[in-house]
Order: sequence, then structure tokens, then C-alpha cells
Amino acid sequence: MSKNKKRLYRILAAVILFAAASFIPQEGAVRFVRLAVFLCAFGIVGHDVLWRAVRNIAGGQVFDENFLMALATIGAFFVGEYPEGVAVMIFYQVGELFQSYAVDQSRKSISTLMDIRPDYANLVRGNFVEEVDPEEVCVGDIILVKPGEKIPLDGVILEGNTTLDTTALTGESLPRTAKTGDEIISGCINLTGTLKVRVTKEFGESTVAKILDLVENASSRKAKAENFITKFAKYYTPIVVIAAVALALIPPVILGLTGSGFTGALFSQWIYRALMFLVVSCPCALVISIPLGFFGGIGGASKQGILIKGSNYMETLASAEVVVFDKTGTLTKGNFVVTKIAPAADNIAEHELLHAAALAEHYSNHPISLSITKAWEEWLTTNTESEKTTSDAAWKPQTAVNNSADLDTANLFDKGFPAPKDVEEIAGHGVKATFGNHTIFAGNSRLMEREHIAYQEQQTAGSIVYIAIDHTFYGSIVISDEIKPDAQSAITALRKIGVKKQVMLTGDNRQTGEFVAKKLGLDEVYTELLPADKVDKVEHLFSEKSEKGSLAFVGDGINDAPVLARADVGIAMGGLGSDAAIEAADLVIMTDEPGKIAAAIQISKKTLRIVKENIVFAIGIKLLVLVLSAFGISTMWEAVFADVGVCVIAILNSMRALKK
Amino acid sequence: MKKVYKLQDLDCANCAAKMEEAVSKIAGVQKASVNFLTQKMTIEADEGEHQRILAEAKKVIKKVEPDCIVLA
Repeated sequence: MSKNKKRLYRILAAVILFAAASFIPQEGAVRFVRLAVFLCAFGIVGHDVLWRAVRNIAGGQVFDENFLMALATIGAFFVGEYPEGVAVMIFYQVGELFQSYAVDQSRKSISTLMDIRPDYANLVRGNFVEEVDPEEVCVGDIILVKPGEKIPLDGVILEGNTTLDTTALTGESLPRTAKTGDEIISGCINLTGTLKVRVTKEFGESTVAKILDLVENASSRKAKAENFITKFAKYYTPIVVIAAVALALIPPVILGLTGSGFTGALFSQWIYRALMFLVVSCPCALVISIPLGFFGGIGGASKQGILIKGSNYMETLASAEVVVFDKTGTLTKGNFVVTKIAPAADNIAEHELLHAAALAEHYSNHPISLSITKAWEEWLTTNTESEKTTSDAAWKPQTAVNNSADLDTANLFDKGFPAPKDVEEIAGHGVKATFGNHTIFAGNSRLMEREHIAYQEQQTAGSIVYIAIDHTFYGSIVISDEIKPDAQSAITALRKIGVKKQVMLTGDNRQTGEFVAKKLGLDEVYTELLPADKVDKVEHLFSEKSEKGSLAFVGDGINDAPVLARADVGIAMGGLGSDAAIEAADLVIMTDEPGKIAAAIQISKKTLRIVKENIVFAIGIKLLVLVLSAFGISTMWEAVFADVGVCVIAILNSMRALKK
Repeated sequence: MKKVYKLQDLDCANCAAKMEEAVSKIAGVQKASVNFLTQKMTIEADEGEHQRILAEAKKVIKKVEPDCIVLA
């Protein structure tokens, strides 16, 4: 029989005896029977508390809750309040039952969060596959991961293709695809294919172990609220117990000396009030619910792919006033894409210009060249299918080109990449490629000037490629770092939840930086910064913010470790698979979404609110009941509520932090 | 070096706080923490000291919450 069930039966038995005893008259010899039945009920429901109280005193533990409860209830018997003595014990046990249930529940929901721990790994040994503990697998070993299994260790896929469920790590429900040669991360669930994986990190260094370690140890970095409660509990109980003793002795003595004289009734009245003090003196509601609230918040955040390294950071984050972003990799994707195609004349279609550029750039490995080639290939795949059936006038390259530049380039616009007669990369300028009788120039303004081509200058931020065919300007293409799709909404959300200033720091040129900042609506932007300058800027921002507000820095963790460390809270983006990010930051966002920053702040705020509610509620009720008991207004019932009732309510409130 | 022990039947949050304090005071312990929710105790100490510290920790834990067992 489980502990809780046993307790439940004991409570039920005591309630029945309690009811029976209540029917026995209080007069005559039968009153001893009444006492006996009450004592019996008391013994059934409270024997463990009494026993623990005795044992703990022997061990030198005074002021523990068992001792206080035992003293309060036995005291009630001594002052003749048998029903209350029993009832208090029954209620205490009911409260403990609820509490134990609530703790079990929260432990369970926490362990589901921790469910990412893999239980075994299928180690390949020659022709055999053996199930072993993930900790026994070494770097370089080959493991087999079947569909439906958790990936036990970080590694590289040697054989097989699959889709991976990363929900547990990132909160992202869309599965990812993985193929031979890809790196995979432990903690993901392999959904479709069987994989052969070469292990690249031992278990302790694997992502899953690091995340688990981080979440489990988060409670060792305590928030101010937690430290306050620990200190409070240390003084609260002894003070209340001393107050109880004083209450039992001083008022009756004074009243006895000044007025009616000493009577048994006078003493038992004040002892009764003192006993209520003892019941209220346990700080459990606070001691349990505050860490539980923080743990719930950290757990809830990790469900969404946000790892918070300690409850102290939640506290700081909740008061975030300034958020400083790094640009590349944080607000932008850090890749380069074609963002603008500007043909030189109206009769040149965008895709024609793109094609001309792609033909020239196709043979280069420069990131800008690659992005142009990619854009053209994408255009082809989305347009070749419909092209034959639609009458879309845009796809008439021959006519357009013939009209505009009077070129006979029909064969040039063959959709593939014809081999050029000659390609020349002109360092610092661009590319010159010859196809048949035509030469395409693609490069920066210096290339145009060098070739004496009249061109229209492009004013947009980003890297600009000018294209000319046979010395006739054909148009320009702008390539820029792509802004992340949710960057805009992330910044709006941050402003909404009370972040006063949002700043972007970047090493990029002024035009690009200011463009991104303007587009996203950031308050300030500092460009062309070296890593060391970033620290200086952050220092400067520190001096501008208010005393109470905190400063958070968001980076990708790659080369901004000093700034991450300097900020009140360092947030690293895209932590999945990046050790550097996990190490350097106080808070790691597993996915690439800046929107999670607002989510993290909101979770922190909610958690802090819950914690504060609990502190105010628990201390408030306890003080109120203490005052009421001192004046004899409240009874033992209110006292029990102020102890276990408050505790259960506070726990239930804390568990809200776990939910979204 | 850090070692983690599982605590069985850790039922009282206040006791967990008391244990943490008591274990932290054992000679040789650099840092100790008792997590009520995960029911785990972490002790940081020098490699050679762990065995002695564990024995002492077991004793103080027994004092604080007699039903609680350290699984090592």
C-alpha cells in the first residue's frame, strides 16, 4: 500500500471515531469513554507525527513541524479541547496528504521534462548489436538508432536518412530531416529511418547530458526571493515559538496579578492561543512553494526550447529594461540572399537580369556568387512548370533582350549553365565571363568604373552586384543578410512587455546596420564595431539605464562571449549543437527564433509574479492568523488553515508556473 | 569533483534546506546542495574525501529526516 493511501485510510478511521466520540455526552463517568475514543482517533491519525517528534528531539531537531504539531495537539488535550486536538491532527494529515500529492505531481511533471535522457544505446560490435548504457559508449564507436528511439549520443550519420523530432529540445513540433553525413544531436527522437551513427561525443559531453545537467542544477543558483525565504524560515519559526511561550505565560500572569486572580481557565485560554501560534509557526508553505515555482518556470521554459541556468536569471530577466542584440545570426539569419533585383530598363525582366548574373557568377564560390546562383535555381524550379501553360509576359527573354540591348542572346538564355568560353575573376572587382560573342560583367562599382560602363548607382543597403552585358549596363542586384521571419514580431513583443530600449550592435557597415535597425524599428544602432567595441557600448548602455532595470544581451555565442558575460543576462541564440553558446550564456535559446526572448521574459515575469503572490499570501495569512489568535478571535481551525491550507494553495499556485 | 546522490523519501522541503545547510558544514565540503524536487544531493569535494563526507552526510541527514535514505 502506498504511503498516501495508508495515510488516507488512517484519516478516514480517525474521522469515524471522531464523529462517534462527538455523540458521547461530556458529563458523568461516560466522559472518560469520550476521552478514550478521542485519544484512540488521535493515536490512529497522529502516531507517526508523535513518533517523529520524539525521535527528532532525540536527534537535536527542535522546532521541526512534527514537534510543533505534536505539542499543539497534545496541548489541546491538556486544556480539555479534545475535539480540536484530534481535528487539528486530522487536518494536518489531510494537508500533508494534499501536499504529498501535489509534490508527487510536480515531481512527475518535472521528470517528464527530464524524459529526454536516453536509457540505452545500440552499440555495434562487429556483426553484433548490443544494448548498453549510453555512458559506456566511447567517441568513435558506431551505434544503431532505430525508428522511434531516442538518439542517445551526439554523432554523425554514417548511413541512413530520417526525420527527427526535436520537440523535447527546441519546443519545435515540425520534424527535421537528416541524411548521411549530417550531425545529429542526442535527445532528439528518430522518427522514420534506421541510422548508423558514429559517436562524436561521450555521454557526459553530449547535448542531452548538458541540458539535463543545466536544468537540474539551475536550482543551485538561487534567486533573491529564494534566499530571502531561506533566511526568513530560519528566524520565523524560532520567533513564533518564543512568542508562543511568551503568550502562554506573560498575559495570564499580568491579568492574574491585576484582576481576577489566577484560575485554571485563564491559563488554558492563553495556552490555547499559544498553541495556535505553534501551528502557524511552520514555514513550509514558503519553503516548498518558492523553489517549486522557480523550478516550474525553468521547466516550462525548457519545454519551449529556452534553457535558463538559474532562478536568479529569471529574476533579472523579469526586470529587463534594455535588450541589446547582435545583428548577424541573432536578428538576421547570417546567410546571404538576393533581396532586390533592379533591371536597368523597364523592358528587362527581373529574372533575365538574375539569369545573366547567375551565368557569370556560377563558377565562383564567393558567398555572394552562391546566393545569386541559388536565387536563379529557385526561380527556375518555381517557374519552369507553369511557364509553358501561362501566358505570363515576364518570361520572354529573347524578345526582351533583343529589344533592350540589341543582342542576339537567345541561346544564352538557355535555362542551364552553358560552359563559358572564358571566365576571369578580377580580384576586388568581380567576374568577367564570355559566352559566345557576349561578355557579361558582374561585380561592384569599381568593376563598372574600370570597364568604363555607365551605371546607375544602387542606394539600398547590402552588398550590390552590378551587371553589364557587352559594356551595356543591364541592372543591379542587392544581396543582403536575410532578416529572420520573426525578428519584427519579436521586437514588437518585447516593447509590449515593457522593454524600454532595444539596441543593435553590429560589426557590419553603417548602411546595412541602419537599414536593418530601421526596418525592425530598433531604438538605437551602433555599427562597424569590433568585438571589444561591443563591450564598451554595453558599458555605455549600462550607465544610461535605470538602477532597477536590467540589461540583456542577445548574441549567437560565437564571438561575443565577453559581452554575454558583461550583461546582466547573456542570452545565446541557436544553442542546439553549439557548446560555446551553452557555456557562455546565462540563458540559451535552442532554436533560431528571436521571438523566444519575449517568451523567456514573459515566463520569468509570470514565475516572479507567482513567487511574489505566494510570499505575500503565505506570510500575510500567517501574520493575520497570528494576530487573530493572540486576541482570541480565531480558533485552531484558522490556525490549521494558515499552516497546511496555505501550503497546499501555494503549491497549487506554483504549479501554474510549469504551464504555459 | 562533483558527486550526485539520490535521496529516497525526502518528504519535507524545509528538511531539504536544513540538510543542505548541515551537509555544507561538513569539513572538506566545498559546495553542497539538496534539491527537494529532483530528490538529489550534490556534493563538491576533493576526490579522496568523498567517502568520508558521504558517511558523515548520511549521519546528518538521518538526524534531520530519519526516513530519508541516501542511495549511493
